Amino acid sequence: MAHADDKATGIGDVLQNVVAWPIRILFKLIDYPVTAIQNVIGIRRMPWLFLLPNLAFFGMFVIIPLFMNFAYSLTGGTELFISERPYTGGEQYGFLFDCDNYADPISCREDRFWKGIFNTAVFIFFQVSFMVLFSLITALVLNREIRGRGFWRAVFFFPVLLSPVVVALIWKWILLRDGILNAFLISIGLDRILFFVSPEWAMFWAVFVSIWAHMGFYTLILLAGLQAIQPDLYEAAEMDGTSKERVFFRITLPLLWPNMLVVIVLALIKGVQVFDEVYVLTGGGPGTATQFIVQYIYNTAFTNQVQNFGLASAASMVLGVVLFVLTLTQLAATRRRDND
Amino acid sequence: MTDATQSPRSVKTLLGARRGRGKMHWTDVFTYCYLGFGLFLMFAPVVWLVLSSFKTPAGLQEFPPTFLPLGQISVEVEGYEEPLLLFDVTMEDGSVQQLAQVRRIGIMAQMVDPENPGERLQIPIATREPVREMRMAWENYRDPLERFNFMRYLWNSVIVTAAATMVTLLINSMAAYGLSIYEFRGRNAIMLFVIGTLMIPITVILVPVYLVVTNLGMINSLWAVILPGAATPTGVFLLRQYMLTIPRDLIEAARMDKASEWQIYWRVVMPLAMPAVAVLAIFSIMWRWNEFLWPLIVLNRSEVYTLQVGLNAFQGELDVQWHYILAMTVVTLIPVVIVFAFLQRFITTGIASSGMK
Repeated sequence: MAHADDKATGIGDVLQNVVAWPIRILFKLIDYPVTAIQNVIGIRRMPWLFLLPNLAFFGMFVIIPLFMNFAYSLTGGTELFISERPYTGGEQYGFLFDCDNYADPISCREDRFWKGIFNTAVFIFFQVSFMVLFSLITALVLNREIRGRGFWRAVFFFPVLLSPVVVALIWKWILLRDGILNAFLISIGLDRILFFVSPEWAMFWAVFVSIWAHMGFYTLILLAGLQAIQPDLYEAAEMDGTSKERVFFRITLPLLWPNMLVVIVLALIKGVQVFDEVYVLTGGGPGTATQFIVQYIYNTAFTNQVQNFGLASAASMVLGVVLFVLTLTQLAATRRRDND
Repeated sequence: MTDATQSPRSVKTLLGARRGRGKMHWTDVFTYCYLGFGLFLMFAPVVWLVLSSFKTPAGLQEFPPTFLPLGQISVEVEGYEEPLLLFDVTMEDGSVQQLAQVRRIGIMAQMVDPENPGERLQIPIATREPVREMRMAWENYRDPLERFNFMRYLWNSVIVTAAATMVTLLINSMAAYGLSIYEFRGRNAIMLFVIGTLMIPITVILVPVYLVVTNLGMINSLWAVILPGAATPTGVFLLRQYMLTIPRDLIEAARMDKASEWQIYWRVVMPLAMPAVAVLAIFSIMWRWNEFLWPLIVLNRSEVYTLQVGLNAFQGELDVQWHYILAMTVVTLIPVVIVFAFLQRFITTGIASSGMK
């Protein structure tokens, strides 16, 4: 045993040296100029130097683009560079919101945008409600005294780490015309279903696959919340002979509520931005039945024959406003939870 | 809260299971049914993917599909150069005999008994079943690696993941250091700013970031994927929270010893912050390995595709070669499984304590 340990540390040392050597060089390379700068500007200004790279990245890839996005949404044409684009004011927004009847996407001038919003709303409604429900049930089950809890937690959690493309391909393979699910349906005497031809089924599987892939994440947050509940509360309730149902509704649920709120808002934020899995799974089809708002933006800006950057930016701004409100809610919910 | 996920609790848990008294509440039955069903629902799709990935194209065509990857056995028969396919034939007298097929003409087949190759038999094909054994179609894995750009995609993904994670760790830990060790005017404003960028996910600024990347001449280069997401507010936040717990005396002592600020950051604070750095590293690796929408937009040439974009391109082709796609999906999945197997604790506690993904 001791011998094996020696060998293991030996390999570890080698590995550490291989990794550590370039890192040490990097450190030396940065050390001299940074120390020289410190001698010039003094310690008190050093935090700004440490913040500089990060702020530069944020500036270049988040802040500037955010303002540019707004600027883009006020221009027309198909040029990529903003200096070559004609200013059109609020025309893009007018175009997006030009509807006879907001409840009916077909009556809108840009019907694909409204179809995208409509689809996203349907998706979020089912995905978030069922995901929260199943995350809660799973967390409750995992929080019980079960053997091998670590294993069971891993069972429900591992899809979170799979890439959306992998998740979509796994399920696509199951759901194909000649896939194993249809083989099963036929073997129990039912008819074959073409899942990707029926709009309802395509939406169902979009919701299902997305829940399958992400449920573990929310389960974990709820599980942490459950485990933070004081055990003496349950002991006291048991001594009083309180029924389990009552314990659940009077103790567990109210104390878990701050975590539930965080989970709901996080799921909403992710749900509004749904794209990856569903895009690979259904391609937005059949027709536009599972085309969501992000895919609308992606198609409008990058894949359509005419690349309409202005319209895509305007739609992004609408999405951005929704996400802004949701994120503020999330921060408030998180703060409330952590203060409790 | 961090530790809560780890430590099994001795007290009665939620709804108080009453195993000790030997009385089954409906929730006990429900728990085990739920776990069993969950195990099936979560694992079966992946098992099915792996099993299918070892099937030949002919095997994948079969409907209903077989559970295991099967291949027909062929045998060497004296007097024939090529190996012949083996069948179980139901003879006229009802007995079953293993015969090898020489050739097939319409609904009849010429077959021979491998033991007695001299005599040819005419057999109607309806009376025979192929003899099969489990056979792994390793060529599903070998061919894409050799023939297609798949090795390239794999390499690109590795480069993107490694480079992006290094940049992410470096700049975010520097920022976290700046925000946690020093007291300076504007610190809270910067913190607010960092948290504020949380509200702007890439989906909202696709077009202008595309323009920025184009201006920097990075379209169709891996830098276009590596750089834009390198500064992450969650990363700064996570590291800063951890660094705040490092005792100030250590830093003061290092300053007494005439260590420069950079040396303090690198030699004192970073080693102490390793647990948080490790969590961020794991997250960054997962984010980058799995990233899809942004690479899809900025990588338009096959040579620069990452695995995810390459896989998507393959499955979008008119003539979908599922036997290759399934095998490549398994290859894409493997690193994640390895990371998960070894680092499950880090990941789950990381998520539970930071609420990020």
